[in-house]
Amino acid sequence: MSKKMHITLTVNGKEEEFLAEPRELLIYTLRERLNITGPHIGCETSHCGACTVTINGKSVKSCTMFVAQADGADVTTIEGIGGPDELHPLQEAFKEHHGLQCGYCTPGMITRATKLLEENPNPTEEEIRFGMAGNLCRCTGYQNIVKSIQAAAATMNAAKEAAE
Amino acid sequence: MKDEVTRDDRIAGLKGMGTSRKRVEDARFTQGKGNYVDDIKLDGMLFGDFVRSPYAHARVTNIDTSAAMEVPGVLAVLTAADLEPLGLHWMPTLAGDKQMVLADGKVLFQGQEVAFVIAEDRYAAADGIEAVVVDYEELPVITDPFESLKSDVVLREDLDPTADGAHGPRKHPNHIFTWEAGEKEATEQVIDAAEVVAEEMIYYHRTHPCPLETCGCVASMDKVNGKLTLWGTFQAPHAIRTVVSLISGIEEHNIRVISPDIGGGFGNKVGAYAGYVCSVVASIVTGKPVKWIEDRMDNLMTTAFARDYWMKGKIAATKEGKITGLWCHTTADHGGFDACADPTKFPAGFMNICTGSYDIPTAYLAVDGVYTNKAPGGVAYRCSFRVTEAAYFIERMIEVLAIELNMDAAELRRINFIKADQFPYQSALGWEYDSGDYHTAWDKALNAVGYDNLRREQAQMVEDFKSGKSRKLLGIGLCHFTEIVGAGPVKNCDILGLGMFDSCEIRIHPTGSAIARLGTISQGQGHATTFAQILASEIGLPADSITIEEGDTDTAPYGLGTYGSRSTPVAGAATAMAGRKIRAKAQMIAAYLLEVHDDDVEFDVDRFVVKGAPERFKTMKEIAFAAYNQAIPGIEPGLEAVSYYDPPNMTYPFGAYICVMEIDVDTGEHSIRQFYALDDCGTRINPMIIEGQVHGGLTEALAIAMGQEIAYDDMGNVKTGTLMDFFLPTAWETPHYTTDHTTTPSPHHPIGAKGVGESPNVGGVPAFSNAVHDAFRAFGLRQAHMPHDHWRVWKIANQLGLHG
Repeated sequence: MSKKMHITLTVNGKEEEFLAEPRELLIYTLRERLNITGPHIGCETSHCGACTVTINGKSVKSCTMFVAQADGADVTTIEGIGGPDELHPLQEAFKEHHGLQCGYCTPGMITRATKLLEENPNPTEEEIRFGMAGNLCRCTGYQNIVKSIQAAAATMNAAKEAAE
Repeated sequence: MKDEVTRDDRIAGLKGMGTSRKRVEDARFTQGKGNYVDDIKLDGMLFGDFVRSPYAHARVTNIDTSAAMEVPGVLAVLTAADLEPLGLHWMPTLAGDKQMVLADGKVLFQGQEVAFVIAEDRYAAADGIEAVVVDYEELPVITDPFESLKSDVVLREDLDPTADGAHGPRKHPNHIFTWEAGEKEATEQVIDAAEVVAEEMIYYHRTHPCPLETCGCVASMDKVNGKLTLWGTFQAPHAIRTVVSLISGIEEHNIRVISPDIGGGFGNKVGAYAGYVCSVVASIVTGKPVKWIEDRMDNLMTTAFARDYWMKGKIAATKEGKITGLWCHTTADHGGFDACADPTKFPAGFMNICTGSYDIPTAYLAVDGVYTNKAPGGVAYRCSFRVTEAAYFIERMIEVLAIELNMDAAELRRINFIKADQFPYQSALGWEYDSGDYHTAWDKALNAVGYDNLRREQAQMVEDFKSGKSRKLLGIGLCHFTEIVGAGPVKNCDILGLGMFDSCEIRIHPTGSAIARLGTISQGQGHATTFAQILASEIGLPADSITIEEGDTDTAPYGLGTYGSRSTPVAGAATAMAGRKIRAKAQMIAAYLLEVHDDDVEFDVDRFVVKGAPERFKTMKEIAFAAYNQAIPGIEPGLEAVSYYDPPNMTYPFGAYICVMEIDVDTGEHSIRQFYALDDCGTRINPMIIEGQVHGGLTEALAIAMGQEIAYDDMGNVKTGTLMDFFLPTAWETPHYTTDHTTTPSPHHPIGAKGVGESPNVGGVPAFSNAVHDAFRAFGLRQAHMPHDHWRVWKIANQLGLHG
């Protein structure tokens, strides 16, 4: 086997340091090495988006990135977005508007949507459909995902306004 | 002063049937805390993966595993030779055939399992697979079922060519079965004598359910206690336990099968696959837990294709359009092994629902199953057994007949619908439709889309196209479907001899909350939410106080699982019936507590009240406590019930779908302007979830009709083995849907519910496909096979001479 590489990562605010083969994929690191199982594997070809995470502020499909490429990066997964004590408005909205069924795409979907709303806090339905096209869902037909993202956007904008 | 709690408040507090209760499953899924099979980790767990055949038909002359055994991290490599002493190199299929677990001398489809490498992790397993050397001797490949029936090439050399198959006589070594329904001679006479006959070959192409989560399992043999635990993506965990017991010889009480959260199923996860058998054997051999997870290519190439039916049809009618007879001969491509998931007596599923929503007095159906060098399967991809094939067939034949009669296709449907007063309706192919009101649904749908105006606009667009003003055409895709779901009555429905009942067991806790366990398993349908709603309405405890648990064979009552929209019709009925048993005992307890006769109390929402004295009552919560703390003469302590429900009939959901689609003649691209879906699934348990099911099923229908296929080349190579080639629509390609409903309860179901999850796929595919056909009707198109991707639609236009 090839020589192991020394990797450091910050995942959901926690620093991680380990040795990994150059061929180790980031999704494998997250799921198998770090036990972060929110991101899922759906296709291993960058099509489905179930493995979507945020790396240095950008949505990335972790199934087709070597962990070595992410050396030194800041990684956020669904686990870092919100938890039982404080849900992210998107997590609330997906529950409220039936934006999920089997739940397999949901972590990637919500993770991607956090970036979409950062980039465009007031997206139209068309912009949401375009901006979410890297994440496949086999259950919902997307209509309630669009609705969930619109509702979360409204909540987040109202909160922002109230804070200003 | 505190506001009085009204009866309506009490009803609302239950969140029972008819409310859009939010899903209890969602908290864990939205926080990344689902527990899918690949999330399971056990101490010392190994990983197994397959060496797969690159050839579609070949002899395996040698397998050399020695180099693989030298690969760091590889512990063992299993081949058929290793499994043979255990009798596990072949396994029974759900269709009465048998299938190789690992290649036994030859391979019959590309991707077939040849050897199983067991390693410390996935990377080591992949390295081991690379190092296994397999010698193949290529054989002639057959990918066409018609050619297969004429060929001298015998695919299944393990079968006696003259012996009957599981479903009767075989006509050719590559023939599997002939299955017939209806009256052959009478139908042929009607067709010969008919004023008008339309004839067409309708191909419903091979596709795949492709849930986002692939299939997989973790097998863990505890040698100390002799217990095997098998976690996996099983749509039918109890049936899997029985199959594992039958083929392994391990007694059923020593096997625990658990379906954890499942990332979508759609039929893909009904069958028993080689990976399950190999994982179990590998765990026994190594003494360690073994995980096997398909990658996407494995999934698309090997487990559970759907459809692949060539349906030759003849439909006879009077000049006025009254249908007099329907004839269908189907050639069914089953691939290398017959591993269809159908009830035993129905090798072509419920294809004999192909008279659809119409009162067709005489009909005949024959289906020939055929072996080819393609993957085995034939599962019901988001439909009841072969029902989407049947619905597509009849809804295309109606359109072709409308062309033959030069008649409006909506009107042709209307004059042939089974009338509301004809239910229960005996169909010519042997079913008893339970209830329906098709005319009401149809009129509502046509009005909702403004049908007459759409036809005028369509005619104008044809004129504009002909005069060179526009290059776009409008298609109005009509579909009125009738499903048959809820398999099924034990008298005629079984899988591997297991009757297709289902079950529910309820325990009421002393403080008035409850747990109910069922023989089904949710894969996204929201059972934990909706079954609690059924119970809430039946037993008067809030849905929020009821836990629903499925999927663990050590705790759940035996059931046949979730597919074919059977959960609500069968397990939902079992839930209601078990709830009624609880209520019957609660009534006796209430009467005792209120010191009146049992007959003098009646159930009211969440309590039993003394008849005529509503101020005297005991709530179900109080009754629950009393069941555990009172010594009531003649009544056992506790409050529990179990029901095994054998449905008296199937249920027959129906719907009216209309797709309005613009097509660009020059690019073949389509744009869906409107999609209206009216569903009648009987009593509605949770409207929010119903709507979600319809959206999802329509999107799967969109995929199938407009681009998705499992395609092979002449060498038997799968051309669509990744999501690069296999079409799954994104949010961008998916239209906005309008949903609607009518409600015609099932008369034989305890709560009148019929099931809905699969209706949108069954009705959606014909609606999308008919829209494409309809756009070109004015230019003479009769039939163009799916999928209608841009290239194929462009070709339709080109062949019709529309590109000048």
